[in-house]
Amino acid sequence: MKVDLRINGAVRSAEVEPRKTLLDALRENFLLCGTHAGCEHGVCGACTVLIDGEPVRSCLMFAVQADGYEITTIEGLAPAPGELSVIQDAFCETHGLQCGYCTSGMILAADALLRQTLSPTREEIAEAISGNICRCTGYGQIIEAVQFAADRLRKANTPRPHHGVHAAQAEHDAPVEGVLEAAEADEPVAEAK
Amino acid sequence: MKPAPFDYVRPGSLAEACRLLAADEDARLIAGGQTLVPMLAMRLARPAKLIDILRLPELAGIRQEKGAVIVGATTRQAQAERDPVIRAAVPMLARVLPWVGHPPTRNRGTIGGSIANADPSAEIPLVAVTLSADIVLSSADGARSIAADDFFMEPMVTALRHGECVSAVRFPVWSHKRVGVGFFEISARRSDFAFVSAAAQVALDEEGRCIDVALGLGGVGDRPLRLDVSSLVATDLNAASVAEAVNAVLAEVEPTSDLHASAAYRRRVGVTLCIRALEQARANAAAISRESAR
Amino acid sequence: MTADPAAFRFVSTNRRVREDRRFVAGHGQYVADVALEGMLHVAVLSSPHPAARIVSIDASAALAMPGVHYVLTGDELAAATDPLMNGLDTPLVQRHPLAVGQVRYAGEWVAAVVADNRALAEDAVENVDVRYEPLPFVISAEEALKPDSPPVHSAHGSNVLLDRTFVWGEVDKHFAESSRQLSFRVTWGRSSTVPIETFGVAASWDPWREMLDVWASIQMPKYPDQIARALRIPANGVRVHQDVDVGGSYGVKRGIKQTVLVAHLARRLGRPVRLIEDRLENMGGGDAHGPDRIFDVEVAFNDDGIVKSMKMRALDNAGAYAGRAPFQLGKPIGAIVGPYRIESVQYRAQSVTTNKAVQEAVRGFGQAPTNYAIETAIDKVAASLGLDRIEVRRRNFIRKEQFPYLIPSGSTYDSGDYHTVVDKVLAHIDFAALEKERDRLRGEGLLAGIGIAACLEPSGGNSAFEPLLNEKNTTTTWMDSCRINIDGLGFVTVTIHTTSSGQGHETLVATVIGEVLQIEPDLIRVVRPDSLACLPSNTPVGSRMAIMLGGAAFHAAQKLKTKLTRIGAHQFGLGEDKVIYAAGAVTDPRGGKQLGWAEIVNIAHRNYHLLPEGMEPGLESTHVMQVPTGERLPKDGRVQMYPCHSFEFHVVLMAIDPELGKPEIRRYVIGHDCGTVINPHIVKGMTLGGIAHGLGAALLEEFVYNGEGQLITQSFMDYLLPSAHEVPEVEIVHHCTPSPFTVFGQKGSGESGYLGAPAAISAAVNDCVASLGISFNKLPIRISAIGDAIAEAQQPKPQEHAT
Repeated sequence: MKVDLRINGAVRSAEVEPRKTLLDALRENFLLCGTHAGCEHGVCGACTVLIDGEPVRSCLMFAVQADGYEITTIEGLAPAPGELSVIQDAFCETHGLQCGYCTSGMILAADALLRQTLSPTREEIAEAISGNICRCTGYGQIIEAVQFAADRLRKANTPRPHHGVHAAQAEHDAPVEGVLEAAEADEPVAEAK
Repeated sequence: MKPAPFDYVRPGSLAEACRLLAADEDARLIAGGQTLVPMLAMRLARPAKLIDILRLPELAGIRQEKGAVIVGATTRQAQAERDPVIRAAVPMLARVLPWVGHPPTRNRGTIGGSIANADPSAEIPLVAVTLSADIVLSSADGARSIAADDFFMEPMVTALRHGECVSAVRFPVWSHKRVGVGFFEISARRSDFAFVSAAAQVALDEEGRCIDVALGLGGVGDRPLRLDVSSLVATDLNAASVAEAVNAVLAEVEPTSDLHASAAYRRRVGVTLCIRALEQARANAAAISRESAR
Repeated sequence: MTADPAAFRFVSTNRRVREDRRFVAGHGQYVADVALEGMLHVAVLSSPHPAARIVSIDASAALAMPGVHYVLTGDELAAATDPLMNGLDTPLVQRHPLAVGQVRYAGEWVAAVVADNRALAEDAVENVDVRYEPLPFVISAEEALKPDSPPVHSAHGSNVLLDRTFVWGEVDKHFAESSRQLSFRVTWGRSSTVPIETFGVAASWDPWREMLDVWASIQMPKYPDQIARALRIPANGVRVHQDVDVGGSYGVKRGIKQTVLVAHLARRLGRPVRLIEDRLENMGGGDAHGPDRIFDVEVAFNDDGIVKSMKMRALDNAGAYAGRAPFQLGKPIGAIVGPYRIESVQYRAQSVTTNKAVQEAVRGFGQAPTNYAIETAIDKVAASLGLDRIEVRRRNFIRKEQFPYLIPSGSTYDSGDYHTVVDKVLAHIDFAALEKERDRLRGEGLLAGIGIAACLEPSGGNSAFEPLLNEKNTTTTWMDSCRINIDGLGFVTVTIHTTSSGQGHETLVATVIGEVLQIEPDLIRVVRPDSLACLPSNTPVGSRMAIMLGGAAFHAAQKLKTKLTRIGAHQFGLGEDKVIYAAGAVTDPRGGKQLGWAEIVNIAHRNYHLLPEGMEPGLESTHVMQVPTGERLPKDGRVQMYPCHSFEFHVVLMAIDPELGKPEIRRYVIGHDCGTVINPHIVKGMTLGGIAHGLGAALLEEFVYNGEGQLITQSFMDYLLPSAHEVPEVEIVHHCTPSPFTVFGQKGSGESGYLGAPAAISAAVNDCVASLGISFNKLPIRISAIGDAIAEAQQPKPQEHAT
């Protein structure tokens, strides 16, 4: 069957068997190997991608089910080749990984959390990554990475990204410290003196 | 762990989906896939055809009727978790949803899917049974409604006939002013299927006496159980009465034993969790002040 | 060498781990990411029986399916390849990648199907028809010890692979002299490190160059050698690509059977072939299980709690083939007394075959289970005397001034200061406050307790346990190496000769070389050539790389520093001891003239006429290093094992709701002394990750075989891995007692946390329930077992009636 999938902002097409998972299609048809297979039965989370901004196990979806969504893989996070996003850089700063196999999924789970809230508690971070198993780090430095990223994003002078944020979470969208209101406005705003 | 080959079809209407299902013995429905796909991956299920119902408009949506909330089968668990109608009118469902799987599985997994899967340890079927919900089943011939109690038969086995699809769950809404819920489960890890779980809902009158009570127990047998603790109505749900009622009703339950928990554990902890769930429900109901209750 | 951390420029400082960068972008290259033109895919057919004769294999239906190229059976593979190597002298316990003639465990691989893709291969596996004749089987190690148990290998005659008793010191005399004795049994359940990436291997045979290329998720010493041996090809006909990223290993990624299977197919079919284990293949038949061990321990002690002597019988359930299991009984000999001054030890190591899957080298190589037994002994000694458990440990610890300390089994512990680590931990916690917190929890109706564990991490691994358990093995060489090249433009490139699975070796080496040459480590590029371009390495096992790779890099860098200095001195007409090397430049202290890095490099590469007489041009150095102290064969059952010994001290506060039986860790503190820390992030990661592994082994993880010999925990639904909810926040308290045997005083930390966490967590559970008169002596300790034991202990005792 032919599928047209919107991956990291681009439409990609492939001919796949219905039984081919989204995970395998991403890796084999689209050569996006940053998403990993760990268990193929929906427990370890190494296969996590974002579907409309929400973490989902790509080993539990078939490629033929994945049309009509915005799919984000780890390859879609870097702002430019050789550059890292704030969250990716935070993982490097705290050494929130060792072998790297669970890392793609962890970072995407963290990315989704930090679009819901920039002040997550430790418990909220643990819950957000509870579906991603890591055998290397014992999670300590991963949680530190998310906290570090949250801190940097809170203080950033850049607009908050909006991907698929739920209406129910609208209260979290209010600008926080250091965010230029100009970024939220529709009309250009004169620079503050 | 690749599934055995199957055909995939995405019908445009519920009627068409049911027709396709009825026409093929080896066809299965797929919605969120969080419980079906692992079975396909392990080749424990080998349908020749998957009929994708996830985007059918007839199965979507949450609506409120008099005395009930109708949750469309393809409502995602994460969606239900956030829904203000469910939070207000079916608080027990809102209470248990954070315990269902993990955030990524709740993003795809559906209310109807969990019901149809009928795992005896699953939280959503427990809520359905405890609240005496009705399961709405659709087929090419129309729809029928069946009490949750009758729908769940054995582990992973329900009253679904071939050609039928769970299309909605009808949760009764208590009209009392002071309603509280309680829920506890115990599992090896947070978010595993529970060894034992208990869900309770209690309504109190203005003097704190129980006017309605519902109690359910999961993980101990073939299916979630609604326990008859109606003897607690008109009591103040003091600890002694609660313990007596729970012990009495659990004496008849025969839990299973497996790698994760012994039968003795399930029975004993079942008692504990039921008592705690009732107390938590009572406390939550009592916290609704008489002022706001008027 | 003693080293003052304040004197370091780069070592011990906060530097990012450079490897992280590619992984956070999703640009790691794991074996499943390697695409070879024309590659075929393998799926495996496994045995449903724990023991059975293979009557027939009919692959005709499978071969007729579209996209299926081949079905390989055990007979064909055994004819074309040599059996896999045994460690012990047990030639009649033969192991092949695919079962030959009979299957010996449920899940053993019987046939391999090759197809255009993995899904087609799995479809075809279902159409291979195998007929079996079930045979008697044995699952329990104690049953397997009995002479009438069905031997897993009938040619071997029994199930005993190893039964060797060592007596170090006057054990009987010490027992006779001691005023007190106690004995107990503990059991370490079969678990493993279970990396999130399964084992995978791709191979390609080039008949024109007669070269086998291999890409694998591998962490294994002598991997190319063993491939060559099995395939009966020259060792320099095997090229292992070591730049494959490994998604976690912690010891177990030794997939030699998978590799021989795939290599044979690549050669046979003339196309690249790949096997990526799926999770079921991995758990059931990947042969990466861990120790499965019963300890019977007796200790002799006095009224002050000083333990004079210990007898330990360790019975390990190796599974159906020897694998590395027997040696996992041998390595703990190097720290058999733990951190204590026990004067004599009797150690009986028994390894038996049963019809379970095979063990592989699990993090610590048997030390964590042994520590569980030793720490249980200390706790029981304290309990029997009514003494504080920490005090008893203090009294028994080797004292700082006693190092280097020779233990009865022949190893010398290099350095340590256990008392100070304990002091630091207790001060950090405010132990009195912790006890108050425990009491407060008890006051709330919870069972609460504190678990303590102290243990060593022997590091700098060699294989000294092999000649100890197999006299035919005379291996004393354990190497690692490093090569540095400064190119004509002055850029530094380093080669290291092993794979990495997340330990940050590239960062380690760049830091060490930067430190020696006094240049910015971030300017040093580290690459991993393939095995043909490599110098010898024995890979990251036995917590050795900080010591060995760090050491080799240090010495190679020193050679270059000397050469640079000499070149500079020669330009000034001075002896090299008369000039100063600093930050890559050489200075004449008399006049202040200086030659910078670029100038010296230019001379080395382009101005031969300016080089000292006899000096080789260019700026290249290599160093191949032997493990310090580990160069002798065993004598009289004693041997020097690893050179360095890190120390850890765990304190765990735990609470258990008595009605639910679920243990909850309320606080976790570990004191850790691994000498000089080269990169703090890396060491922290090892410790926290090790504790998570230990928590899994203590409370959650087990490969369970039922009475029918079936593995009932074959997926992640039943084999429970700790998530972020289960692993508590851990506080680490540091201490540094440098090793005298290493270049910066560094010791290993690759196994830290895992070696003591199971003992500490088990001790915490037992401290919680001690007041009820119960204890748990088997890992993992499941919630249901805790709940049931508490309930039973709380039953009112039946009244006694007078007759």
